[in-house]
Amino acid sequence: MAIKSPDREISERTRRSFIVMGAGAVAGIAGWVALNHGGEEGDIPPALRGILGFNERVVRSTLYGNTHLAKTYPASAVGRIKVNGDVGLDEDENLADWHLEVTPFGASSPAAKLTLADVRALPRYEQTIDFKCVEGWSTVTQFAGARLSDFTAKFAPGSEKAGCIGMKTPDEEYYVSLDMPSAQHPQTLLAWEMNGKPLEPGHGAPLRLVTPVKYGIKNIKRIGSIEYTDTRPDDYWAERGYDWYAGL
Amino acid sequence: MMFSLPGGNKPAGKRDNRLVKVLEEKHKVATRWFHWVNFPILSLMIFSGLLIYWSYDPYRIGLGDITLFHFFPDWFYNSTHIDHKLAWGMALHFFLAWLFTINGIAYVIYTLVSGEWRELAPEARSFGEALQVAKHDMGFKVALPPQGRYNAAQRITYSAIVLMGGSSLLTGLAIYKPAQLHWLTALLGGYEWARWEHFWLTMGYIGFFAIHIGQVIRAGWANFRSMICGYDLAEAEAGNGD
Repeated sequence: MAIKSPDREISERTRRSFIVMGAGAVAGIAGWVALNHGGEEGDIPPALRGILGFNERVVRSTLYGNTHLAKTYPASAVGRIKVNGDVGLDEDENLADWHLEVTPFGASSPAAKLTLADVRALPRYEQTIDFKCVEGWSTVTQFAGARLSDFTAKFAPGSEKAGCIGMKTPDEEYYVSLDMPSAQHPQTLLAWEMNGKPLEPGHGAPLRLVTPVKYGIKNIKRIGSIEYTDTRPDDYWAERGYDWYAGL
Repeated sequence: MMFSLPGGNKPAGKRDNRLVKVLEEKHKVATRWFHWVNFPILSLMIFSGLLIYWSYDPYRIGLGDITLFHFFPDWFYNSTHIDHKLAWGMALHFFLAWLFTINGIAYVIYTLVSGEWRELAPEARSFGEALQVAKHDMGFKVALPPQGRYNAAQRITYSAIVLMGGSSLLTGLAIYKPAQLHWLTALLGGYEWARWEHFWLTMGYIGFFAIHIGQVIRAGWANFRSMICGYDLAEAEAGNGD
């Protein structure tokens, strides 16, 4: 075999490397296109949705624990939380007529219509947590209410074995669903008080969900109905491209 | 040159007819793969990070009421169209983070196992020498200290970039799961500080990109080619093999 000149050898090596890099670039661009292809209007593409599902399984099987508590703060750390969403908060709604419908696991229709007094009869917990919006901001806020786990045990016994919990506003304009472990987390409350005062309408009067293990998008205001199910109930922001799990 | 690449500061020896050109290996194939895989991933991490940052963009350079620069001004968002893409940005970011992490950890393991870290890690004298390199690159008449594969400034910068990558991963995890990883978030100063740190690390990459690409252009084709194919041409005395 003839000995190649160094000049020729390096130009051949360079050409080969550029061909490999070019092939890699084409593969990368094809991957990028596949990753971002398809999906409903306003939602993210299915490949990305699949990856969020994979991340959820990884987090739930490795990181998540109901003994892992979000940091709590002294009352002096409380900031001024803004009203960031009003979907499902109809101004004309008569809150005096408010009640909460509960559909236990396995039932096809609501088994109970509860008043605020019914919920308030549960053990009361107070927590000052850093409420985190999916947008990136957070505000330390104090809430008082009942643990959702206590609520489930009292008003939907046996529903702990459901996979999911779904909640809707009375007008069904806003709706969320949560995985059961997060719903059973000790810091997941049905709250009726914020910063020492009864909830204001804009913050979800008379009863809202507060959980520091989820972004604010899951912390539904003015809950009108709760259902326990194995099929994932609809979720307002998941339909608009956000991670369904949205766990913190 | 601050980041002059291997061979960039060889003494300009006299042409000698007894010297012949030979191929000299500059960068191992693994190093080149890690580098060129990381480049698009990190670029897309920065892009998707900006999609996320847009929805809450409080950072600025300034003091009190005086803001010298807000990250980012309206003209930036208007010209780049990165606004209103938070959901897409988050999904992209939490996918690409896997690739960034896997490539980064594999690179660190490779560097440690192969022993190449010895050519990369700063030495005690690197910090003084890096100043000489920087002065030389800025046009001052300062002699360059002798170097191995990387000069002192490169040793410091390239090692810092690896540490920044690890820091981006940790600050990112602290923002991603602040309740489950509350100890990590607390270690980094809390949720808001972790986000701030994550942002400024990213600005650090952008600064690095600018200087790095500038230095690569200054170093010229042969240097760039060595990062593509792994080799450069060197001169050796004739008759001593290859």
